[in-house]
Amino acid sequence: MAEHDNDQPLLVADHLGKDYGRLTACRDVSFALYPGEVLAIVGESGSGKTTLLQLLSAQLGPSAGKVSYRMRDGVLRDLAALGEAERRLLFRTDWGYVHQDPAQGLRMAVSAGANVGERLMAVGWNHYGRIRDTASSWLERVEIDIGRIDDAPRTYSGGMRQRLQIARNLVTEPRLVFMDEPTGGLDVSVQARLLDLLRNLVSELGLAAIVVTHDLAVARLLSHRVMVMKGGRVIETGLTDQVLDDPREPYTQLLVSSILPA
Amino acid sequence: MTAMIEIENAAKTFIMHLQGGVELPVVRGVSFQVRAGECVVLSGPSGAGKSSILKMIFGNYRCDGGRIRIRHEGTVIDLATAEPRQVLSVRRATIGYVSQFLRAVPRVATIDVVAEPLIAGGVARAEARERAGALLRRLNIPERLWALPPSTFSGGEQQRVNIARGFIPDLPILLLDEPTASLDAVNRSVVVELIDEKKRAGVAMVAIVHDDEIRHLIADRIVDVTSFAVAA
Repeated sequence: MAEHDNDQPLLVADHLGKDYGRLTACRDVSFALYPGEVLAIVGESGSGKTTLLQLLSAQLGPSAGKVSYRMRDGVLRDLAALGEAERRLLFRTDWGYVHQDPAQGLRMAVSAGANVGERLMAVGWNHYGRIRDTASSWLERVEIDIGRIDDAPRTYSGGMRQRLQIARNLVTEPRLVFMDEPTGGLDVSVQARLLDLLRNLVSELGLAAIVVTHDLAVARLLSHRVMVMKGGRVIETGLTDQVLDDPREPYTQLLVSSILPA
Repeated sequence: MTAMIEIENAAKTFIMHLQGGVELPVVRGVSFQVRAGECVVLSGPSGAGKSSILKMIFGNYRCDGGRIRIRHEGTVIDLATAEPRQVLSVRRATIGYVSQFLRAVPRVATIDVVAEPLIAGGVARAEARERAGALLRRLNIPERLWALPPSTFSGGEQQRVNIARGFIPDLPILLLDEPTASLDAVNRSVVVELIDEKKRAGVAMVAIVHDDEIRHLIADRIVDVTSFAVAA
């Protein structure tokens, strides 16, 4: 990617907020995400991080502020002003969304190959042989045995399902991937493998990503920058190792000091 | 001779909110310069703030006052006020850091741990691995270990992997935190050689070394940190 492309933000959040009646889920969030940059949003349950991810990915409409995204033609557009068709196209091509529960991001009853191939067909691929070849190469990349390509993900283990979900998301070469607790609910050894895989894919593909996690180790391993949320607000933000090694806010110090040493 | 690092009145205080907001001033009035091809060794007793200063130069610790000016790709960036993206860009192209301990990534083979900074800098994978192998060989890490992740290695072996990873990219500034601490005499002299080569290549270095003999071998200048320490 040319250097000048990286000087322009890919996604911009501008005083973003969301209320549910009198309850404020998320308030006054502003930041810019650049191409190839991985941002972690950390905080405990109820801190507003999942609401924020849904606002950023246009699955929820904001009560205040706006989110803009740089489309492939280079124009920065307000997500709220996009038509439904345009938004769906973004989701099918330029964005990925990795759910904590793979069952939400996969079709559990159709084959693994079809789960990956489906995304390609949605963007107009129609040559069966090429779709299958691309699907197989992606299964290999996420370390799923090609012999399992015709099996449905409901026969897969949790770790395999999560890796399949990642392949399904990345096959259309998105520029931005949203991840909601991507390693949540997995065994520790399975987590390590998944993290390593994600880390390599993100850097090889130059992906930008926004990762919601309550696990600071995940933030450290995957992200360049971190935002700490509490009570719907961003209370601290900065370079990941800086925030984790030199936390400034009381709540961040509490989070960092609460990690159990292995 | 140009100054690669120019520190002026830098200060660092930790505020421990979990201990009732106790303020722990670490250093203040930190001022010194490091020129290309020069190795400055920070001296002073444990707790005087040597590592904190090193971490501030790397942008790992925030700076509460003053300036840390770094010559980066033809311009000067003040790390005390730089944006995260600028700090990352400085780390990619200008400043390398060899910490005392290897923060190992699970499952990654030793040879790739070492080659990674080169690959990130745009060197082809095959060439990066070849150079990584050559450096590991120099640091006496046997070839049979290269395919294994370093997490299972001894402390000294891990430190040598860490040194290889830190020394492999050709960056103009290198920060060294106790690079020889758990090494035997043979490997210590390899590290001294590597530091000499970096000097000849014009690299500006700041180092912390407790071993008097090593300090004597590598230091062009000694900066006594005690003068920056905040009296408790």
